Amino acid sequence: MNLPDSEISPARLDFLLLADMVAPGSRVLDVGCGDGSLLALLRDRKNVDGRGIEISREGVNACLAKGLPVIQGDADTDLADYPNDAFDYVILSQTIQATRQPKVVLEHLLRIGRRAIVSFPNFGHWRVRLDLLVKGRMPVTDNMPYSWHDTPNIHFCTIRDFLELCAEVGARMERAAALDAGGKPVRMALPWWAWNMLGEQGVFLLKRR
Amino acid sequence: MFVDLPPGPHYRCSKDRTRSSDQMSQSPSFLEPRSQIDDPSSPVARFGADEPLVMDAGMALAPWQIAYQTYGTLNTAKSNAVLICHALTGDQHVANVSPVTGKPGWWTTMVGPGKPVDTDRFFVICANVIGGCSGSTGPATINPATGHPYNLDFPVLTIRDMVRAQAALIDRLGIASLFCVLGGSMGGMQVLQWAASYPDRVFSALPIAAAARHSAQNIAFHEVGRQAIMADPDWRGGNYLNEGTRPSKGLGVARMGAHITYLSELALHRKFGRNFQDRSAPTFSFDADFQIESYLRYQGLQFVERFDANSYLYVTKAMDYFDLAAEHDGILARVFKGSATRFCVISFTSDWLFPTSDSRAIVHALNAAAASVGFVEIESDKGHDAFLLDEPEMFSAARGFIDAAARARGLS
Repeated sequence: MNLPDSEISPARLDFLLLADMVAPGSRVLDVGCGDGSLLALLRDRKNVDGRGIEISREGVNACLAKGLPVIQGDADTDLADYPNDAFDYVILSQTIQATRQPKVVLEHLLRIGRRAIVSFPNFGHWRVRLDLLVKGRMPVTDNMPYSWHDTPNIHFCTIRDFLELCAEVGARMERAAALDAGGKPVRMALPWWAWNMLGEQGVFLLKRR
Repeated sequence: MFVDLPPGPHYRCSKDRTRSSDQMSQSPSFLEPRSQIDDPSSPVARFGADEPLVMDAGMALAPWQIAYQTYGTLNTAKSNAVLICHALTGDQHVANVSPVTGKPGWWTTMVGPGKPVDTDRFFVICANVIGGCSGSTGPATINPATGHPYNLDFPVLTIRDMVRAQAALIDRLGIASLFCVLGGSMGGMQVLQWAASYPDRVFSALPIAAAARHSAQNIAFHEVGRQAIMADPDWRGGNYLNEGTRPSKGLGVARMGAHITYLSELALHRKFGRNFQDRSAPTFSFDADFQIESYLRYQGLQFVERFDANSYLYVTKAMDYFDLAAEHDGILARVFKGSATRFCVISFTSDWLFPTSDSRAIVHALNAAAASVGFVEIESDKGHDAFLLDEPEMFSAARGFIDAAARARGLS
């Protein structure tokens, strides 16, 4: 169960970064946990007491088979039922762009968890900008493989947009990282505008102000 | 004729058993269920005057007995015991041929060798509920004080009484903690009660199509059924066993009404539509012109041959009284506070008797109590009965949950 780094799917290298942000032995809620890969990683490597919410039945069944307590549910409707401060971390990995009300969801994350970890595909990445500029069409990339009319991703944002939302809901940023196309952190001290150009994904560790 | 009926306890019927309504009052044709009441063809744990069953109604029942079946082998650590809790009209014969009806057990899709509840790995126990009529003490049992059946002198019982009786059986079997408790509908209520009453004795809990309290609508349906029984002149104020009658018509009507609640409109439409029964035009009479009428009458007929009317009154009432949060100021989360049990809750999209919202209420409470809970809603158009039918997604969820729990318990 305890996979070496090399066997983790390259598409989800961001899991390693997310896992690195979580303190060992903590209580974690993973919202939109998919097949439970991140939760299993956190359980096996960080001794985390993890819970999940997943919208697809296939995902939930995969989680149950891994012994993960995951409930079928929807981030937009079901977070309201969780009490305040129920978790040390609430993780929203590659999901915020698929929610109907990203702001409300983010507020719930910060209410339910002492900290929130959010990762999302950055719509400000240079390739996205170039696609739109040159082709004049909505970009389709490895991270955003859907065409505009059948995408579950209804609320794309850029790293800069997200920073603004964080300020709006009173979230303090404790850590931030931009990942390149390979899912590796952009290891350069750069200003935000540069990260917004070079990062395919943004990953943020947030705390309630 | 009946068309394309899915398998399952409520559905089984065949052409040759079709009868008209005036046959409903005829005496039963196969093994008289009375034979199972005091001395059933399954193991029985008997408790004497020194071990009364203390009931929520304030009475102590003694002597009393609980009839049960087991499958598989208890391991030396006694850590692989699974308790199956049956629904309203179920019995202990979960995975063996019923001695009353001659039909396969009521949950052979879930329980058996290689099944999600694998009898090659686990020691599986299923007991007839107290108040039932398949060998556990109930209203049809002879009251030793009078030499006659208890009838309505039997104390009104609760889901907690049923669970208390099961706990006494588990004690008798020398099992300290159950690896898993599972069941659907009323069985799911018992699962929740087990987890609430004996959290240290339940390693994992799997309530299916259940609720933490019975809804007003469900109480209403039950009351209609009870009134149908009581309105039958052959009920005789509950003393029909003494007077040699049986309220078959009332019990049949109760079953017909209840049976509708176990299905979904879509399932009824698909199976029966507005099709006529063995005729091409309406007869302009009160015959069973429609297939659905004939089907329901048959369900009623079949049921009265295996079930005791007073038992039906008692067990439905027990479900009606069920409200797990009542003793905790209505706050369900408090019931499960500090529970180390692993839960998995399952519901079905078309179940309007125990709708998904009921299961979600359980899940929310468990979440608020920081308990370990999984939840999945299975897509099915078969209504409440789906839990008894061939639902591959349910089996897959149950298997995954049980196997993972077994690994966590160190079971091979």
